[in-house]
Parts: sequence; structure tokens; C-alpha cells
Amino acid sequence: MANIKDELKKRILIIDGAMGTMIQRYKPTEETYRGERFKDWHIDVKNNSDILNLTQPQMIESIHREYLEAGADIIETNTFAATVIAQEDFKLEEYVYELNVEGARIARKAADAYTAKDPSKPRFVAGAIGPLNKTLSLSPDVNDPGYRAVTFDEVAAAYTGQIKGLVDGGADLLLIETIFDTLNAKAAIYAAKNYFRANNIPELPIMISGTITDASGRTLSGQTLEAFYVSVMHANPLSIGLNCALGASEMRPHIEELSSIASCFVSAYPNAGLPNAFGEYDEQPHETAHIIEGWAKEGFLNIVGGCCGTTPDHIKHIADEVKKYQPRELPELESSLV
Amino acid sequence: MSTTIKPYLRLSGLEPLIVRPETNFVNVGERTNVTGSKKFARLVREGLYEEALSVARQQVESGAQVIDVNMDDALLDGVKAMTEFLNLVQAEPDIAKIPIMIDSSKFEIIEAGLKCVQGKCIVNSISMKEGVEKFIEQAHICRSYGASIIVMAFDEVGQADTKERKVEICKRAYDILVDQVGYDPQDIIFDPNIFAIATGIEEHNNYAVDFIEGTREIKKLMPLTKVSGGVSNVSFSFRGNDHVREAIHSVFLYYAIAAGMDMGIVNAGQLVIYDDIEPTLKQLCEDVILNKNNDDNSATEKLIVFAETVKAKGKEIVKDETWRLAPVEKRIAHSLVNGITDYIDLDAEEARQKYARPLDVIEGPLMDGMNIVGDLFGAGKMFLPQVVKSARVMKKAVAVLTPYIEQEKEDRKQAHIAAGTINEEAAGAPKILLATVKGDVHDIGKNIVGVVLGCNGYDIIDLGVMVSADKILNEAKKHQVDIIGLSGLITPSLDEMVHIGREMKRLDMNLPLLIGGATTSRMHTAVKIAPEYDNGVVHVLDASRSVTVAGSLLSADQKPAFLDDIKTEYDKLRIDFANKKTTKQFLKFEDAQKNVPQIDWDNFEPIVPTFTGSKVIENVDLAELVPYIDWQPFFIAWEMHGKFPQILSDEIIGKEATRLYEDAKLLLDKIVAEKWLTPQGVAGFWEVEKIAPDTIEIKDKSIQLQFLRQQVKKAAGQPNYSLSDFIHPHRKDYLGAFSVTIHGIEPHIKNFEANLDDYNKIMLQALADRLAEAFAEYLHAKTRTDYWGYVKEEHLTNEQLIKEEYQGIRPAPGYPACPDHTEKYKLFELLGGEEATGIHLTESLAMFPASSVCGWYFANPDSKYFGVGKIEKDQLDDYTRRKKMSEEEMTRWLRPILE
Repeated sequence: MANIKDELKKRILIIDGAMGTMIQRYKPTEETYRGERFKDWHIDVKNNSDILNLTQPQMIESIHREYLEAGADIIETNTFAATVIAQEDFKLEEYVYELNVEGARIARKAADAYTAKDPSKPRFVAGAIGPLNKTLSLSPDVNDPGYRAVTFDEVAAAYTGQIKGLVDGGADLLLIETIFDTLNAKAAIYAAKNYFRANNIPELPIMISGTITDASGRTLSGQTLEAFYVSVMHANPLSIGLNCALGASEMRPHIEELSSIASCFVSAYPNAGLPNAFGEYDEQPHETAHIIEGWAKEGFLNIVGGCCGTTPDHIKHIADEVKKYQPRELPELESSLV
Repeated sequence: MSTTIKPYLRLSGLEPLIVRPETNFVNVGERTNVTGSKKFARLVREGLYEEALSVARQQVESGAQVIDVNMDDALLDGVKAMTEFLNLVQAEPDIAKIPIMIDSSKFEIIEAGLKCVQGKCIVNSISMKEGVEKFIEQAHICRSYGASIIVMAFDEVGQADTKERKVEICKRAYDILVDQVGYDPQDIIFDPNIFAIATGIEEHNNYAVDFIEGTREIKKLMPLTKVSGGVSNVSFSFRGNDHVREAIHSVFLYYAIAAGMDMGIVNAGQLVIYDDIEPTLKQLCEDVILNKNNDDNSATEKLIVFAETVKAKGKEIVKDETWRLAPVEKRIAHSLVNGITDYIDLDAEEARQKYARPLDVIEGPLMDGMNIVGDLFGAGKMFLPQVVKSARVMKKAVAVLTPYIEQEKEDRKQAHIAAGTINEEAAGAPKILLATVKGDVHDIGKNIVGVVLGCNGYDIIDLGVMVSADKILNEAKKHQVDIIGLSGLITPSLDEMVHIGREMKRLDMNLPLLIGGATTSRMHTAVKIAPEYDNGVVHVLDASRSVTVAGSLLSADQKPAFLDDIKTEYDKLRIDFANKKTTKQFLKFEDAQKNVPQIDWDNFEPIVPTFTGSKVIENVDLAELVPYIDWQPFFIAWEMHGKFPQILSDEIIGKEATRLYEDAKLLLDKIVAEKWLTPQGVAGFWEVEKIAPDTIEIKDKSIQLQFLRQQVKKAAGQPNYSLSDFIHPHRKDYLGAFSVTIHGIEPHIKNFEANLDDYNKIMLQALADRLAEAFAEYLHAKTRTDYWGYVKEEHLTNEQLIKEEYQGIRPAPGYPACPDHTEKYKLFELLGGEEATGIHLTESLAMFPASSVCGWYFANPDSKYFGVGKIEKDQLDDYTRRKKMSEEEMTRWLRPILE
């Protein structure tokens, strides 16, 4: 398999766009989600995108193929919520390992097919690790700020289960993404490092992508961008970046800052603008791509793509715009203080 | 072009802490350590985490850059205490902003702590004390949580005391950590052990030298690592003598930092400055620390002798907590007078248990405390910002007691029901209703009056802003209030107050009516309002007077005499006013129109603005507005009068003014950093033509602006100004307009209200007003040099801006140069209405949000601010015709300038 670090030195790599937006194009019903296998499941599973890995694998694979066709170098597995904590809502905890293995396999199959078509452009599978619906730094009870709905050990165990599935299914990378609470991300890093160390297998590269929630320029758990980066540096990540919550124009100053402080590669996959009054994203592919072109021109980027509301068309436009530019060079790490 | 990244030690809380060579020395706060602070230990043991947090907060405020948290106490479940405390710290952004040092001799407590903190921590500490294997395992665990580590110079043999042992152990640990565990050198911090000196045991005399020289060698061998230590150990033999201990710490640090020590655990509030140590003591400390002139312990002996002489004297303690030892009543009074909220919940609860009924606590110690506040305020020894802080304490105490009072009421009610008797609650505190009248949105002054009266034991019913007359009167009846207080800032509010007076008479009410607000005056009250209502109308100049006025009006003894005095005073004012009327001489309006300023129009060429029509000014950052703030009105809002910045060093109010200013800047920083507020502005320019002496027509819009002219007879050569004089008399010219507003205050006001925090609520309102004014100033500057561009270069200081030393003016409709508020309709129509400006005009033409400013732009170099002053009937008739309004309506709007 090609080494992603070599590719990153050659060009700006493209990561795919939104999975949820694409799934909605199929107008899936409760029956779609259940498929044959879960047709008698005792509770509703609608909107559990991850279950589609088991019930509609061809749908997920064809979405991956659309993104690969659009030019994505890295595709994300459909496993954003495939942890025992997040699947508890659907009582599907016992299927978590399978959700991840299948999620990785489907993506692997699609990526390998495209790599085979053009070996000079190898494609990579990033195992998507989402942020969870329970958070370690914030109390859900305003009257009891010291309360936590979940413990670090529970979160780390949930992520360990997910990581095992992703690794076994053949992911090339781990992508800890949409981080709004850094402590959850630290639990994921902890889980990953310990999983590789305990099983004595070589570490997969880790991509880390945080979320700046609003104009305050901080994460939901209150950290500034640099504090966030410092807090996860020990992962020795392949890349650090931002995704979700902001459109490209709002994300720009933060990506600029990251590109100046990060000792690793820098990634960004913003939403298709900010949602309109109906909660829809209506920034057009050429608009998103135009803003991102500006970033590439300034040399901020190593990996770029889209999050909520983006489509293969967005990714294609982005890929076309950024291919004219050189990737951001890794900074030189000095060995002395003076 | 690639950048470079230096191998600095990087830590984080909510914010990063990058330890660069120029950082010099990182203070680690030591008070949140149960082994070092008895107070903190007690608070944690008793589960008083709120107060324990305030210990942490105080460290941050005193300059700690990291806080050390230690829960190693035999009586504590350390894992649980560490978890609970750190979880709570995470919820306090003012503490969580800095990194945490997790301190324990038990590794399970350290790991528990690491599971609670999102930022990059320091672990304090691990060592090779129990062998290399365990050391490596613990280091791996610390690394998987992303923590930097302190490694103590301790191995299987024991703790290193000499320089050689210190260096040898640290180097060995370093090699293991870097080569086997994969630690980055900059994430390794050594603690080469600071031991007590001057103990009388000769072997101890060189301990400080060993540390200092060991540090020097460690930093030479391993330059990216850091050196830390627990500084207070070194002076342990002088415990009880803080004066000498602090001097020893300071001298020790002076040499240790020079040798390469990077951080230390210190009491951040209590470090003396090296240069400030008295020379004798400094010399003695140096001898002891550097082990000089110390044969036979002679240096030690000398320092001990010296220490005896200063022991008695002591030193002023940074924060005196001795008041906590007083009885609960005294403590409550202390908290109220000093505005301290830290202990009030505790003290209120203690008092509740001590007194028979919860209400007794309010009527007893709390009211006694507030009376002291009232007396000090009355005597000019306390100032408004302090009183508002006292009120915050009072509210918190009352909040503690209220559930019990309600319960008591309910119990009585049930008892009455059971016994079949009638329940008659005794009357409580006197009630005062406050409202900003219909059409007006300004309420800072009213809020301050409410707080001050509330502090003085009155029950305040605050109806808010834009309250109609019938609502005010209905609520007054419903709540059986004792006094009604009305507030207003803009001139149309005066009429509304007259109207309310009339209504009170019609409804046969007999409550006293208080009148206040920036636009009101004793004269207006005497001449216009008092004659409408017979049962007491009193103008109150400011919040501090409201207390005595309310007191007099509610005392059956004093009230008749007080109202008699007021009546006599107001009658006299009315007579003076009637007599004065005839003294001014007026020109005929047509003559006034001829007496225009002499402007050299022949050599005048109007500057064409860069655009015409209106334009929304987008993306203005609050931070850009801050330098334009004029602080003087801010202090006036707090009833602190004086010039800024001189007020900060004023002999009497300087100290409080400085505190207020600092609190304001802190809140302002927060507002800016967290984008609490959003500025919205519009500016527009149009080609205009003067079509009559006081009428300007906007071309293409067929909107005619009408202006009023000074009509008082002036000295020879002095013109009778009208704003229309600043437009070319017969050729095309330009005029501009603008509006600015500050959005987004409401949720934050609600938060402060929910926290019973009037101090910050009023502070926020006052700051929003300042930001709106600053925005107007900023926009005017941009207009002069850019949008209109009639001045190409301009270099004015903020002071010059405040003094209006710029070319051109920006007068607002409703204010002295153009006192007719109704022209605002045209201004807002031109600017694109409510949607574009984000400002709603009330029926009295007040702007909402309250923090808004609007005005016309005149660019002419001869334009200047002036006041129209009073006008005569002939101008009123002419103006009414031009405005095409009814005489009655026009008279109502212009009443303040009519004779």
C-alpha cells in the first residue's frame, strides 16, 4: 500500500464530503434502515446511518464511489456513531464491532477499485470516529456542574471497540473528528494508543479534526484553537484540522492559525456554508471551491474536503481548484530553544 | 516557504501556556493543596467545593499560571476528591483557562485527575523510587493522557541530596523517558528536591547550593527539559515567620532562576520583590542560601537572631480573613459593606438557624448591614458601584432565605385553614413601583435607583421600559404600592409624565409620584407636572437622593412637612419661571432667517461622497470600537462625576473609580472576546438642494428635511443658526445620515438577572451605550476620511474626538441643533427603515435597542454644533405649515422649546 505521507508531500489530498446528505438523497424510510436483517427490530432505527453498513451496503458503497469519482483521495467510513454509547439509542450495542468492520470493508472495496484503475492516485480509507452524544468535560445538569453523564473509562472502552472493528475491517487511517469536547478526543487517542500497544500491532496514522462551534473561536468545551491543538499533540497525529459547524468563509482565520502552529499536516472540511432559515445548506459547489482555492493559494492546506451539506459536486469543484497549488510544507522542527 | 517550530514546553487549559525562554519563571499556585493549606483541606473535607473553588480562583487572580491540585489527606478519599474538584474546576472558565498540575504521591489519584481534564496537564510527580519498571509503566500512562511530567530526583537508593546525585538520577531518568518511552524532552520537568536549610544541622547548609548548581548542570546536559521545585521547603525552619520566609524564597529564586529553574510551586500572592528586601535581611539570606560565611553555622545563627527581631512586626497580609472569626451578624455586615459574595450563602444559612424565623434574618442582620451601607453611601464614604455590589450580596442572601419564608407562610396558611380562622399577613416592606414611561427605552438610571432603594429595604416592583400609563396605574393598585417612580431619557417622555400625573388625579390616587431621568428637571417638574397632581410630585436628581426622598414620603411624621417644603419650592420656581419668560428678547422669525452665518460660498466646492444612497456597514469588530470609547459618560452613569482619566486618581473617589474601571474593562474584554454584542450600522449620502431658508430637499427622493432656527436676539454680528445654513444656498450640495446600534444584550442581561447580579447587568448596559457612541464616532471618522472623504488625512487622538475637533458635525434629531424628534422618520426612511438599521422607533421616537445613535452628517468646514433654544409662535406656525402637521401635534413635539 502506498504511504500517505509520501502522497501528502506531493499534493493537496482531497477528503470526501457529507455522508448524511447523500443518504438523504435516497429518501430512506424506516424499512430502508431495517432492511431484511432488522425487519423485526423492537425499536425504530430510522436515521441511524451506521446501520446501513449492514442493511444497505450497496447504497453506502455507491456513495463512496461517487466521491471517489469526484476525485476524493481519502474516503471516510460510515461509522460516525458506531460506538456502544451512541448505538445505545437504538439498542444496537452488540452490533458495534460488526458496524465498524463492515463500514471499513465497504469503503476498502470501493477505494481499492479506484486505486486499481489508476495506481498513480492511491485512495485511502479513514475510519471515522465521531464525538459521542455524551461528553466528558460538560455537565448535562446545569444545577450540578460537577456531574458527568459518562466516565473517561466508559468512553475509552467504547472507542476501543470501534477502533478494533475499523482496524479489522481494513482502515488505513483513524480519523477522530468533529471534536467539540477535547477530553472525549483524548479518550479516543488513549484508546487508540493502548489498543495498538496492547495488541502489539503497528499504529495506524491518526487524523484529528476539531470543531470550532461559533464566532467565539472556541470549541464547545471552551478551548481556544491553540489550546485544543496543544491538548492533542501527544497523539503525534498525521494531521490536525477542523470540520463542521462553520462554512469555509467562517473557517478561514482558524485554518490560517492552525497552519502556522501545527507541526503536522493540516486538514479542513467545512460545511457548505451556514444553514439557511430552513436548516438547509445552500452554498453552491463553485462558491465553496472558490473560497477553498484561496486557502490553497496561501499554502494553508494539506487535506481538504467537505462536511455537512457538501456533495460529490462540491468535492469535484474543490479538487479541480486546489490541484493547481502546492501543498503546505511541513514546518521545520527545531531542536534547540535559541 | 516553511515555518519553524521551536521545542517549547506547551501546556493548556482553555487557553494555551507556551513556556518560552522569555517566560522567565512560571508561577504554580500552591494553595489548592490539602497538605499545604489547612483551609483548603477543611473545605474539601467538609465538601464545601464552592469555597474551595474560590481558593483556586484567588490563585489565578494573584497571577498563578498553573494551579497545583493535591488531595493527599488521610481523611479523604483522594480519587473521589480529585475527580469531584477537577470536574468542578472545568465548569469555571476563569479557573479552567490555565493548565492544571495534578499532584499526588499516589499514582491512582494522578490517573483519576488525568481523566477529568481536557487540557494538557503536568503530572507531579513520578520517580524511580520503586524501580525502573514501574517508572516506565507510569510514564507510558502519563503519555497516553498527553501530560507533561515532573520527575523527582529519587531512585531506589533514596532522594538525591547532593548536586552529583541530582544530576545523575535526572540524566538516567531522561534517557529512559526519551529512548524507551518516547517522551519529548520538552515535556520532561525535573524536580531536583529543594530541602530545608538553616536547620542547625551542618549537613543541610549546602542544600540550596546543591539545588542551584544541580539545576545549572541539568539544564546544560538536557537543555530542552525544565526544572521545577517546591520553593517553600527551603525556608521550612523559619515557619511562623512569613516575613523572613518570603525574603528567603525571593533570594533563593533569584539565584535558582539564574541557574535555569523554570517554574516553582509558590504562593502566587505572596512573593516579595528581590530589590524590595531590606539590605540587612537580603545579605543574611544570601549567606544562608549560598552557604557563605557559614562556618560553625554562623550565617544561620545570624539569620535566626535577625528573624527574632522581625517576628513581632509581621507584615500586612494580602487578604485578611480574620473577619471570618467574628459572629455571624458581623460577618454578614462585612460581606455587605465589602460586596463579598463568597460566604454569604453560608452565613445566611447559619443566621437562619440561629434566629427564630427566616424573616428575622432579613429584618435583623441583613437590614442592619444594609443600613451601614446606606449610611456610608449617604456620607459619601461609599460610591454607587460599591452599593450595587452590596445589593448583589443582599439578593443572594435573600435567595437563600426565601424558600424558608415561603414555607413558613404556607404552614401558617394551612394552620389557619385547619383552624378555620382568617389568614392576615402583616404588611411587609414598603413597595415602590418603578417604570420607564411609554415610548422610552432607557433604563440604566431606573435600574440603579431600583437597586439603591432595594438596598434600603424597599420592595421594588420594576415594570421595565415602554410602560403605558394605564399599566403603571393598574399595577400600582394591584400591588398596593406606596410610591410610583417614573423615568425617562428623551424629551417626549416629559409629556408622558405630565399625562400620568393627570391620570392619577382623575383616578383620585393619593400616592406620591417621583420623577427622574436625564431629560427631567426640577424646573420641568415644578412647572409642568406638579400642577397636574396634588398629592405629591417630587423630582429626584439621582439615585443617592432617592433614599431620603422615599424615607420622608413614607414617614407619617415627616411627609406633610416634606411635601409642604416641596410645594413652596416648586411654587417659587414657577413664579421665577413666569417672570423670566419676559426677559429674553426674540427676533421676528423672518428677521432671524436673514441673520445667517457668513460662509464663503463663492470659494466652496462640495466634495462628492464616494457613493450616494445608503449602505450597510458590515463586519465591524467590537475590538475596533473600543479605542473610540469616551469613558466620562460611563462614570456619570454610575453617578461618579469628574473628568476621565483624572477621575481614576481623584483623592476621594479615585480608588473606587479605578475598581469600577477595571471591572468594566474585564467585562468589556469578555464582551469583545466572546462576541456578546453585535454592532450594526448604516450610512448614507444624498445630493441635496436648499429650496427654502430652512428646508433641504433630498434629490431623487422628494423628501424635504425641515430645520428649526435660533430665534433669540443675539449680540451684534452673531448669527441665528439653523442646520440648513451649512448647505449651499443655491447650488447642489450633499448631506449624509447614519444610524448605529448594538444588538444582543438581552440574553446576557437575563443571565445576570438570573444570577442576581445587578452590578454586572448595569455595567453591561452602560458599556453597550458606550459602544454605540463609540461606533458613531468610528463611523463618523470613516465617513470623513473614506465614505464621504471630505477630509483626506486626519490624525486625531481620542481626546480630540471627544472634544469634537474634527471637520463637520453629526447632530441627531431630537437634540439641541435639531430638536424635532419627528424628523427621525425621514432619517430612518432614507437609511432603509427598520430592516436595514435594525432599530425600531417607538411612538415617542426613542430608538430600540436602547444602545443606538443616529444623526445627520454635515461636511461643511464652517458647520458647528449649537442649540436652537426657545422659539416663538411665528416660527412654530411656519414650521407647522412646512411639516404639514396639525398645530396640536406640532406643539406637543416641540413643547420643550416653546415659550
